[in-house]
Amino acid sequence: MPGEALEPSAGGGASANAIVQLRDVSLVLGGRPIIDRMTLDVRRGEFVCVVGPSGCGKTTLLRLIAGLLRPDKGVVTYNGAVVAAPANDVALIFQDYTKALLPWRTAAGNVSLAFEARRTPKAERAPRIKALLDKVGLGEHADKYPIQLSGGMQQRLQIARCLAQGPSVLLMDEPFGALDAITRQTLQDEVLRLAAAEGTSVFFVTHDLEEALYLGDRVVVLRPNPGRIAEIFDVNLPRPRDQLGTREHPEFLRLRRQLFDFIEGHEE
Amino acid sequence: MKGWVVPVGVLLFAEISARLFGITSDSLASPSQILAAAWSFLSTGVLFARSAQTLLAAVSGLLIGGGLGLTLAVLLGLIPPLSRLLRFPIEALRPIPSIASLPIVLMIYGFGYRMEIAIIAFACFWPVLIIGQSAIVGIEPRLIEVSRVLGLNFFSRVTKIALPAALPRLFVAFRQAAAVSLVVAVTVEIVMNPQGLGYELMTAQNSLQPALMFAILIYIGLLGWSLNAVLLLAQKHLFAFAAVPRLNA
Repeated sequence: MPGEALEPSAGGGASANAIVQLRDVSLVLGGRPIIDRMTLDVRRGEFVCVVGPSGCGKTTLLRLIAGLLRPDKGVVTYNGAVVAAPANDVALIFQDYTKALLPWRTAAGNVSLAFEARRTPKAERAPRIKALLDKVGLGEHADKYPIQLSGGMQQRLQIARCLAQGPSVLLMDEPFGALDAITRQTLQDEVLRLAAAEGTSVFFVTHDLEEALYLGDRVVVLRPNPGRIAEIFDVNLPRPRDQLGTREHPEFLRLRRQLFDFIEGHEE
Repeated sequence: MKGWVVPVGVLLFAEISARLFGITSDSLASPSQILAAAWSFLSTGVLFARSAQTLLAAVSGLLIGGGLGLTLAVLLGLIPPLSRLLRFPIEALRPIPSIASLPIVLMIYGFGYRMEIAIIAFACFWPVLIIGQSAIVGIEPRLIEVSRVLGLNFFSRVTKIALPAALPRLFVAFRQAAAVSLVVAVTVEIVMNPQGLGYELMTAQNSLQPALMFAILIYIGLLGWSLNAVLLLAQKHLFAFAAVPRLNA
């Protein structure tokens, strides 16, 4: 039922400006309700962060938007059309980069996979792969296998492969959760820079509240069992964000307090 | 080094006892007699023709049976409804000993290579199907999701994700089937097909030449061992990526 008329947006913001829309989305897996009547818009160019305790359906939500799962009730739309299968300009970055990369292919070969899927002519691939690897700082490591790269480099490689899709929407599933603090900060800034440069909408799942505030235009807090939206916080912090300046900004500190208090108040 | 103690000891014991007690038998021979028989047989050149016959049948059967088994394994591994549909027929057919199919195959193809190859193919089909299917099912699910998100079509998903990801385990299936192929080839040749090493073995036995019989037996053993050694070597080279040293994890 693509093109089906949707009700006016209930989650705030003009629906014409939304690139991804969820309307009363529910999902039951194995007899257990995972997601319960979620309604949410992601606007074009917006950076939405999602936080919540484990079991609140964060990852499932990403899979629904990516088209890897279909809701039992409600609709997920992308660019106004119902999502039935993965769209080729919606990219998904997994947390477990070691499992998401092809161990038998070099860094260049892994990026190439995205171009092969899109049937990009062979002659065009090499320069574009090189440009993408340069962009994420892996230009010197094109011929290395994933196992020869550090965790941060592997995650960069996965990002490069997703950028090869020329994504309008970047879905990220706790992408930096397994990385050390310094690498995490560097990659946070890189993702902000890349998203701003391309005008990409980002849907970013994390369990790190400060990370969510630092990156996001909005922070969606989920509640578990079954997963549903508890609250949405608007983050009105100036961009470009800065690891020191932003984190010391009075508004950041106020939001941080508000967010922590809110989540603590909802813990059972 | 220690691995050689028992075989060398057994050989010495056999040789010494044969010489001490002067055994003359229609079913036994001393190691030196076996060696002599092997040498004289080697010089006739028949051995190479027979080996070629056996290996040709084994390899053809392996390729046909293994190829069909692999194709079905990939389909069953990637399409769960098909796997559920075929689970019972497969479980019902699999226990049939391959050599029991001989009478039927004989009726279809008559004597000769086609019959032998068909039976070997039947025997090789099962290990490749069973191990192959579990190899495909065991692929990291994240890789399948990656292939879906990137929008790879079914064919690319098979060739670019499923087969390479499952390759190490598929190769194990292939090695298993290779061992089976030689066993079945020799068996069919002993029982029904007057060609190859199995037939030569029977000829030696029928003409009461135990030394030659043992020589061929040992040769077949060596052949199977080298086949496996070659495949193991290939395995090491094929999966070099898995052995690349980790820099700083």
